[in-house]
Amino acid sequence: METDPLVPPAALSGEVTLPPALADAEPVQSVCTPIRLSYTYTPGRALSRYLRAMAGKRILGERCPVTGQVFVPPRGVSPLGGTATSESVELPDTGYVESFNITRVPIERRPDLKPPYCSAWIVLDGASVGFLGLVINIAPEEVRIGMRVRAVWKPDDELETSAANILGWEPTGESDEVITDYERIGRADPPPS
Amino acid sequence: MVTEVLQAPLVLEYPFTRSTGPVIGAFLTGLREGVICGVRRADGTVLCPPLEYDPLTADPLTELVEVQQSGEVLTWAWNGEPRPMQPFDRAFAWALIRLDGADTSMLHAVFADSPSGMSTGMRVRAVWRDEREGHIADIAGFEPETQRPSE
Repeated sequence: METDPLVPPAALSGEVTLPPALADAEPVQSVCTPIRLSYTYTPGRALSRYLRAMAGKRILGERCPVTGQVFVPPRGVSPLGGTATSESVELPDTGYVESFNITRVPIERRPDLKPPYCSAWIVLDGASVGFLGLVINIAPEEVRIGMRVRAVWKPDDELETSAANILGWEPTGESDEVITDYERIGRADPPPS
Repeated sequence: MVTEVLQAPLVLEYPFTRSTGPVIGAFLTGLREGVICGVRRADGTVLCPPLEYDPLTADPLTELVEVQQSGEVLTWAWNGEPRPMQPFDRAFAWALIRLDGADTSMLHAVFADSPSGMSTGMRVRAVWRDEREGHIADIAGFEPETQRPSE
């Protein structure tokens, strides 16, 4: 049977007949079907070192023995070459915004994230790659690429072995980093010469 | 040096909301109203839960009809250790249930005390939740008809 592809099939066009019991009922038009996976997460050795340092307000990265690149948070291997990292590198809690996004739509079950808010790719001083963080204590519209930021830590008596110890990143007021090569945003820095 | 291994709960969740279309929407509307709907094929047989298209001819299906709230267990499997968010917090059976007035079966939970309370061909009836929103879980599950004879 030939069908006209431009004519929606009856089953999608709303032309259905209902049993009398539903004649006056407000039709359901959507259904929530969550997919949920509940894990117990064990971070492994490199991330455990990083998380234990976090409890003391220190940020630990790890250096690739081949290229010298510094990765944070550390995964125990260079994500580029696959070489095992062995040397811990303590990094300052300052860096700059390499890229950012302003979110204006709320996320279900995240009442702590009040739109509009700014998530950013933050590169710490001395790190070869960035990671995701929230930019706080500034209107999202004023955030810019290259803006210098510093970690805002939880109060000392609330610190845990968790990256959530960093509440967000606030502007330092220093002059912006000058970014000239926008092609490289989001990529690892080349190995130090 | 012995160091405590770090671990933490991690939940990965996608809270999808999908649109239903008029056929599945009517089925869910029915559940909210305490009515179970099927859809009639051209040969007069009734599919429940309803499908939007005929599984043999691919024709659109549009005639929704009410089916009964009792039916027959076609096959079942005992779930001895329910996981979180399953229909019941103690052991129950998953079953394919063909409701009276339907020619196909739907998967749902049957509340029985033990596997010996389950059998192929047994009669069951729907147990509704008090608060319903248009979701398959508006039917809490099915109970053996012998536990509560029809009024």
